[in-house]
Amino acid sequence: MGYTLNFNLIWRHFDKLWGGLLLSLELAVISIAIGIVIGLVLAVWYVSAGRVVRAIIAAYVEFIRNVPLILLVYLVFYGLPTVVDLAYSAPTSFVLTLSVYSGAYLVEVFRSGLEAVPRGQLDAGKAIGLTPWQRLIHVRLPTMLRITLPALSNTFISLFKDTSIASVISVPELTYGAQWINFNTFRIVEVYLVTTAMYLLTGYTLLFALRLVERRFRAAR
Amino acid sequence: MLSQILYALPFLAEGFAVTLWVSLLVVVLSLIAGVLLGVGLVYGPAPLRWAVRIFSDTIRGIPILVLMFFVYYGLPAVGVHLQSFWAAVLALTLFKTAQVVEYVRGAVASIPKGQSEAAMAIGLTFRQRLTSVIFPQAFRRFLPPWINGVTDAVKGSALVSLLGITDLMQAINQVIGRTYEAMPLYILGALIYFAVNYALSYASRRLERRFAFIRD
Repeated sequence: MGYTLNFNLIWRHFDKLWGGLLLSLELAVISIAIGIVIGLVLAVWYVSAGRVVRAIIAAYVEFIRNVPLILLVYLVFYGLPTVVDLAYSAPTSFVLTLSVYSGAYLVEVFRSGLEAVPRGQLDAGKAIGLTPWQRLIHVRLPTMLRITLPALSNTFISLFKDTSIASVISVPELTYGAQWINFNTFRIVEVYLVTTAMYLLTGYTLLFALRLVERRFRAAR
Repeated sequence: MLSQILYALPFLAEGFAVTLWVSLLVVVLSLIAGVLLGVGLVYGPAPLRWAVRIFSDTIRGIPILVLMFFVYYGLPAVGVHLQSFWAAVLALTLFKTAQVVEYVRGAVASIPKGQSEAAMAIGLTFRQRLTSVIFPQAFRRFLPPWINGVTDAVKGSALVSLLGITDLMQAINQVIGRTYEAMPLYILGALIYFAVNYALSYASRRLERRFAFIRD
């Protein structure tokens, strides 16, 4: 064995990890924000749409869920610019990918949430004379959001972990920072210990905070 | 373009075989380890329960990519030399094992308490209660999510391409490196992964419906 732990070099390059962590969080936040918009629009559209639209939305969801994220990341970054006249940076490309990816998962979350809204609430909305649009905005969506909050926080935390895939297209997030230190200082065990701790601390802090929010907004049953 | 892709097909097929082989190894090894640890988590003595809980929560709390690099670069640093193929399989198996542990825990927890109380009342031993009452029922709860989780193993296997293993993902990247036909090949790759995983998730949904008769 004879491996002696020495964290000095890790602390000297800690800005790579810290900056990486902040970028990971930023990527996750922007992606889930766009993903929520995609998911909401498609879910609301799905529950009221005809067969063709439903089939198209379902195809999008099934396609994304059954293909490795890394392939989607490559496809958008290396493949897409060869067929459409677009130029974007690696972080933009990754955000685009992760948004479309999370959107597919969130369509499912929101769709089942919409169906879980008690029938009686919608009837009550109708009884007091709300228009269909008002029923959607004031009755169905708020209740649905409360129901889906736990699934939403789980999706966010798993997206935060998925941002590590951005390292394959050289986006300098946390995993990329860890690899940089790995290859440049060879303090391999140390850098991955610190990186693991950073992912765990951030992930569980987020989980804890989001559970508090959930408790505050829990749907009345 | 088409001729180049046709020419590359045998090479892609070899990569696909590696993808399936890695997935199969990970699925089988993690099933064995996960069921053992999962049963340990539910019925084991306190120290074992804590150890499994810490293992599972740690592994599930970090990105699979970090775990993979940790195992791949870290093991040689501490004097353990594995071929890159086996390092990759080990990392993916650790990750999947943590998931299987949770499926087992969830499945056993979903069996109503009355079942084991009734088994106790008719005088079954602990072992008989497990093998004749709890496990047969828990198995039906375990199977659908587990099969669905096999798709995660197939998708996760694409990460071994980063360790220089020529799986389907890496084969596609290599063919693109020679032909510059990025879009058609990525789409072809996506369709192959899709076909395998869609079949698996379809099977999972069918089973779920079949086992839906079990109620709390």
